[in-house]
Formats: sequence, structure tokens, C-alpha cells
Amino acid sequence: MGFLDIDNTTKAYGAVEVLHKVDITIEEGEFLVLVGPSGCGKSTLLNMIAGLEEITSGEIRIKGKVMNGVHPSNRNIAMVFQSYALYPNMTVAKNITFGLEMHGTPKAERDKAMHDVAELLQITPLLDRKPGALSGGQRQRVAMGRALVRNPDVFLFDEPLSNLDAKLRVDMRTEIKKLHQKLGTTIVYVTHDQIEALTLSTRIAVMNGGYVQQLGTPQEIYDTPANIFVATFMGSPAMNIVPAKVADENGRLVSHVAMHDGSVTSLPLSQANLMDWVGKDILLGIRPETITDEDGADRKSSNIAQMTNRIVVTEPAGSDTFVTMTMGGKDVIARMRSDADVRPGAEFTFAVNMEKAVAFDPETKERIAP
Amino acid sequence: MSVASQDNAMRTGRAARVFIYVFLLVFALFYLLPFFIMVVNSVKPLGEITGGNMIALPKTWTIEPWLSAWSTAQIGVEPTGLRPYFWNSIKMVVPAVIIGTIIGALNGYILTKWRFRGDTLIFGLMLFSCFIPFQIVLIPMARILGILDIAGTTPGLVLVHVVYGIGFSTLYFRNYYAAFPTELVRAAQIDGAGFFQIFYRILLPSSGPIAVVCVIWLFTNIWNDFLFGASFASGGAAPMTVALNNLVNSSTGVREYNVHFAGAIMAALPTLLVYIVAGRYFVRGLMAGSVKG
Repeated sequence: MGFLDIDNTTKAYGAVEVLHKVDITIEEGEFLVLVGPSGCGKSTLLNMIAGLEEITSGEIRIKGKVMNGVHPSNRNIAMVFQSYALYPNMTVAKNITFGLEMHGTPKAERDKAMHDVAELLQITPLLDRKPGALSGGQRQRVAMGRALVRNPDVFLFDEPLSNLDAKLRVDMRTEIKKLHQKLGTTIVYVTHDQIEALTLSTRIAVMNGGYVQQLGTPQEIYDTPANIFVATFMGSPAMNIVPAKVADENGRLVSHVAMHDGSVTSLPLSQANLMDWVGKDILLGIRPETITDEDGADRKSSNIAQMTNRIVVTEPAGSDTFVTMTMGGKDVIARMRSDADVRPGAEFTFAVNMEKAVAFDPETKERIAP
Repeated sequence: MSVASQDNAMRTGRAARVFIYVFLLVFALFYLLPFFIMVVNSVKPLGEITGGNMIALPKTWTIEPWLSAWSTAQIGVEPTGLRPYFWNSIKMVVPAVIIGTIIGALNGYILTKWRFRGDTLIFGLMLFSCFIPFQIVLIPMARILGILDIAGTTPGLVLVHVVYGIGFSTLYFRNYYAAFPTELVRAAQIDGAGFFQIFYRILLPSSGPIAVVCVIWLFTNIWNDFLFGASFASGGAAPMTVALNNLVNSSTGVREYNVHFAGAIMAALPTLLVYIVAGRYFVRGLMAGSVKG
């Protein structure tokens, strides 16, 4: 049993089930990110942990205590909302202490807690202002202050950065991570941004269509996605999915992939468990950064394959150059060094780190190797 | 910059601008004319009015008609002036407006933030009360006032007006609170605030504009109401509007038009004052409600 247990939890509106038997256990101090596209049920799940939505079946436990039917204010949780939800008629100080006041904390204690939090978040000069007079980043801090001051068991964040501009979002992301490292609190964080999920979390639950598609560390999610949805949702640019055929070439396991002109290149496979798939079609998942020029290939890899293909488009992006080509009839993106000598229309020899390749079943879309 | 902006927006010729101002001025005067005539004639001796010229300024100024209308004029059979009836109206309108606004605010809060099965249906039914003609409810209302034993009293009138006002005040507050972020209510719930605490501490402080709209609307309607006043509170409990009618229709003696004018202004003054004091909030509140709701 963990610190926060989501045990076989289901949510239905009438006959429509929107969350299907979600099972997640979180240890104390973990940073769990729920990530997925709009409508995948991640916010609903968060609201169920908060007590703002009822649980249709199953249990949610915090520190072993069943939370079904417990009022939000009695769960010892705090929530940061997407719109910050600061009370517009109260000063920052009042906003921060409102929850303590409602719980009957004496004034002196409230003020001390408020000043401690204000100092931690560097919002002391703002305490007398109304939320309307604050910038987006400041509001974000106040919203976090309001959550922190109650010293809750679990922090819930509902897309807290999505209303900020791009630069501020990156800064606040780092701040949240720092805060988590400093305070060691348990956090459940909802976002649709896969970068946020990968950078912040200790574990990620990728959700789609009301199901948890995969639960794991950022590394696991990125390197061994459970299915094609997770593979293409996490990572930018998305993982390339290429149709291929498994073959046995003199005892060597390879995948046959069609190049732009229809010629077939053999890319050796490292995954021995694909032996059963010889002669069958698979979908090969290749991350853009594992396709490079020969000089840029990962020296530690034991399986670098070469292939010659025509460059369709090049997109220089400063630090990298993205190169588009055609493999197996699909557009495939490679992430090259910015100084790689690539020109559209040219034939180019790429190095593919096949050790990192992932194979999926074309029928079920589930991962079959590694 | 200034040259450029003058070039497109402000390129109205001088003649056109003079025309616009004259046009507006004429209409403003036209709308003020009735009030001007009322004021002018309320400070004239009766002889000057019956002498023929109603538009002329008074030759001798007098406040006698005002004093008479206020405290000595014949209302029906009693020579009490309008004073007691003015206080009747105040005693009716203040509680009715306050209660009507509070109930409307609570209804709006519940209908938007504590939604339940069938809430839109209930709201729709409440909206119906905005469109029910007064005459239809006269007899059932008389029966209910009779059962409650408050027929012919000011509290009875307060009840009538509260019931009639709830439809509108609910409509106003519901639309206003529909635009009020629900996340704030959820945040307050997590903070541990209860149903009424959320209402008092979070919603009400942000409800200024719509409360003003509601108060003005209810005040004007209740103060100006004649039908309910005449039906349910005749005699000593009659409101200002009924008393004014009785003043003007008193059949004994000479018709004192100057006193009638003074009385009519007195009856109109409170609503006028409310508009002057809160008018700009009225417009602001209406905009807030309509644009966001």
C-alpha cells in the first residue's frame, strides 16, 4: 500500500464510463504526472482525488484512509488550478490564509505560515495587492503559496502552466521542480504537454480514452513505450513508425524496410525475442535522434546500421537540423547535428541506432520488443 | 500620430458637428419638457395655471403647493397630505427590494454553482414569472394574503412584490454568476468554506454591478406599482402611487393643479434619485451580465 492509492477506480456519467478501472499507487514524495490529450480523463481523475468529482466505483486512499465521500477540505490536499482561481476580492495575503481561516487556525499562526510561504516563493512585496494587479507569473506563485501554506499530504496541479507564455512556462517549470526537490512533497500533476511530463515527473501515467496506457518512469515511457499511442504522444518530434518485415539472413535477425525508391534495406535487429516474428510484418519505432549522419552516431551502441536514402526536406532549427525522408511509404524525421552536410534531394547515408529501435504489433499496436 | 488619427476618425466637418450637437440638444430639451412643466407649475399659485399659460415661468414663486401636497392636501377623505403614504411606500419598497435581491442572489448561486438534476427546468419556470401579467395573479394572491392574514397591510404588499421580483432577480444573478469562474468555488471548497461562506466571502463581494442592476430594477418597479397597491393595500396602508391617484381624483372643492404637480414630482423623485446615484453602475452591470452571460 502506498501513500496515495488509486484502486480500481472508475468514473461514469450515467451510462457513459469515462475512466476505466484506473490503478495507480504513489509513494510519499513522488511526482506523478498524468498526461494525455484533451478528454482523456486526466482532469477528471485529479478532481476525483481532490473530492470535486464523485468516485463511481473503486477506492481512492490517502495514507491508507479511504477518501470516497470525504469532503475536499477534509482530505488534507491542496490544489493549484489552471486559472489559478485566486479570490478576486481578497488581497494576496487573504488569499493565502483563507483556507487556514476556514479551518479555524488562530490568526498569529496563520500570519506566520503566510510569511514563511511568501518568503519561500518570494512574493512578500505582493502581499497587500489584489490578484487583478498581478502578472501571470505572480498569480501562479500566489496560487502555489495558497496550496503550500496548508502543508497538505498531496498537492494537486491542474495544468498550472498552460496559461503562461512560453518563456515563463519554462521558468516556472524549473521552479516547480526545485520546490519539489526542496520540500519533498507528494505531487499529482495534470498536463497535456509531454515535455512538462518528462521533465517534471518521477513517474508518468500516460492516459488516453479513459485508460492508463502506461505507467512508468520518464525513461521507461520514452525508451520502451507500451504501445503506438504512447510512442507517438511522448517525445517531440514524435517517434517514427515505419512498416517493416522481419527476416532471418543467415542466422542474423533483420528488418526489411523500403526506401524512397522501393529498394529494400536490411536493418539488423538486436531484439532476440523477435525470432517468432520472422516472415511477419511489424511496425518499427525509431526515435528521430537515433537517425544521424555516420559521424554523429552513438559510439556506445552495439548496433549501428547504415542506410542510404534521399533527403526530402531539411529544417534547420539552430541546435539541430531536422531531415525528412521516406521509409516504408511514411515520412520519417531524423534529428541531425546542425552542421551535418544535408541538402534536399541528395542521396545521403544515414546511421541508425537500431539498439534503440522498438517493435510493435501492427494488429494490436502493442509493443512486442524489446 | 495625431495627424493620422484626425485623418480618419475625426474628419467630421465643423458644420456636421454643429448639426449633431444642435440635434442632440433639441431632443434632450424635448425629453426634459414634461419635467420642466411639472416643476414650473408646482411652484405657481393656482390662479396662474387656471389663467391659461402652463409653459410660462411663475410670476410669483411659491412653495405652498409642495407643503400642501406633503402634509395637508385631501387624500380621499382624510386631509393628511402624501406624507404617511410616502412612508408606507418606503416601508414597502425597502424590505421588498432587500429580500428580493438576496433571494435572487441565492437562487443564482444555487442554479449555477450547485447544479442539480432539473435545475434548468426550475430556472425556466422561474423565468415564466417575468412574463405573467399582473392581473392574472390578483385573485389567487388575494386569497393567499387572506389566508396569511396580511391582506390590506404593508407586509402583505412586501410579500407580493418579493414573489413577483424573484423571477427577475434570479434571472439577473443567474446570468451573472454563470460567467463567474466555477474554479473559484472549487478552490473555496478545498479551502474548507461551506455553502454560505462561499456565497458571502467569494461571490457576494464580486456581485456589485449586478446587485445594483437588480436593486434599481426592483425599486423602480415596486415603487411605481399601482395595481397591487390599489388591490391589496387600500386605505391607510396604501402606497404613494395610490395616494397620488386619490389626491388627483379627490372630488371635493377646487382642483389644485399646482398641488397635483408637486405630488406627482414627489412620487417620482425616489426612483429618479436611485437612477442618478446608481445609474452608471446600472449600465455597467447590464453590460457585464449581457456580454459575458
